[in-house]
Amino acid sequence: MSRPTRRQAIGVTAGTLAGLALAGSAHAAVPSGQLDTHAAHDVPEAFDEVFQGRRIQGAPAAGHLHHGGGYGVRIDGQELHVMRNADGTWISVVNHYETFATPRAVARAAVVELQGASLVPLA
Amino acid sequence: MAVRKNQADLTATEKRRLVDALLQLKRSGRYDTFVSTHNAFIMSDTDTGDRVGHRSPSFLPWHRRFLIEFEQALQSVDPSVTLPYWDWTVDRTPTASLWAADFLGGTGRSRDGQVMDGPFAQSAGGWPLNVRVDGRTYLRRALGASVAQLPTRAEVDSVLAMATYDMAPWNSASDGFRNHLEGWRGVNLHNRVHVWVGGQMATGASPNDPVFWMHHAFVDKLWSQWQAKHPASPYLPAAGTRDVVDLHDTMRPWNNVTPADMLDHRGYYTYDTAA
Repeated sequence: MSRPTRRQAIGVTAGTLAGLALAGSAHAAVPSGQLDTHAAHDVPEAFDEVFQGRRIQGAPAAGHLHHGGGYGVRIDGQELHVMRNADGTWISVVNHYETFATPRAVARAAVVELQGASLVPLA
Repeated sequence: MAVRKNQADLTATEKRRLVDALLQLKRSGRYDTFVSTHNAFIMSDTDTGDRVGHRSPSFLPWHRRFLIEFEQALQSVDPSVTLPYWDWTVDRTPTASLWAADFLGGTGRSRDGQVMDGPFAQSAGGWPLNVRVDGRTYLRRALGASVAQLPTRAEVDSVLAMATYDMAPWNSASDGFRNHLEGWRGVNLHNRVHVWVGGQMATGASPNDPVFWMHHAFVDKLWSQWQAKHPASPYLPAAGTRDVVDLHDTMRPWNNVTPADMLDHRGYYTYDTAA
């Protein structure tokens, strides 16, 4: 019971990365395999809030680089497929042709678009 | 040889035959394989990894091949049918005949975005959405709700004037014709139209809306217009580019067609006007 859940573990990772970003050394924290244009951006902070009646959560996806996204977003527990663009903006599978500044903004846009509907689990 | 016409010029019979062919492809299950393929590429094409269908130089030849395959599927149902194109610089309001009940039906109602008229409305019974990103099984649209204006002809012309096909880093950050037409940079042409239509057209499963094909047929026509304006400008990159489809590399999912094979559409179809 006292073991940290995976989510809590991710939260620790996010907090650590955020701290490093504040210290101006976020690039040093990026594993060498990811030294590409992603490294030019700070890792967005984790978030967890209720927006228009839906729980939206986001966190760096440590060990879970789904399609290279490197960041996981959930709406009521279901994964929202998100992607980071080269310029640092974000899109999701629900709003795929419109860019947003942050993963939180892309999650909120998806909530508006879904009008209460559930996400279909990713294939 | 197929002749692709402006959708605004289709006769009542041509519209009916196209709609009937779409409904029959849907009934047979073949339509949904195209939606699945598109969504798979949308989700896997990334700026920093392998990219084929989108945000890359092969956006244009990939969609040209995709539309040819789809048009051939339509023609296996009705050989008289070809893909029309939607010139959204001209037919730019929800009152255009494109959105009438005898063709694609109109915008969605405000409560849930559901399209309520035309052959693809849920109430018509022939257009269940099976490949989707959320639980809703009905076609949705919100014409003009998320972005007010479709691109203008002047904006299109400003992009057609760009002489270089594509540029490093060959993704959504690139300068050049391809990325400006795709819309990740600049005045935003193709992407903005998806957003303007709204509903499923704004998602990775955008081919769920039949207007997808008419939008991409016009994007494809703009590529031809650009080629006519810049006959000395080649497809780029030519060779040796990591994660990107070079001129003579084969494209997934077909693996037997290259951008070079797709540069000249005239072996497959022509247009009702000079390209």
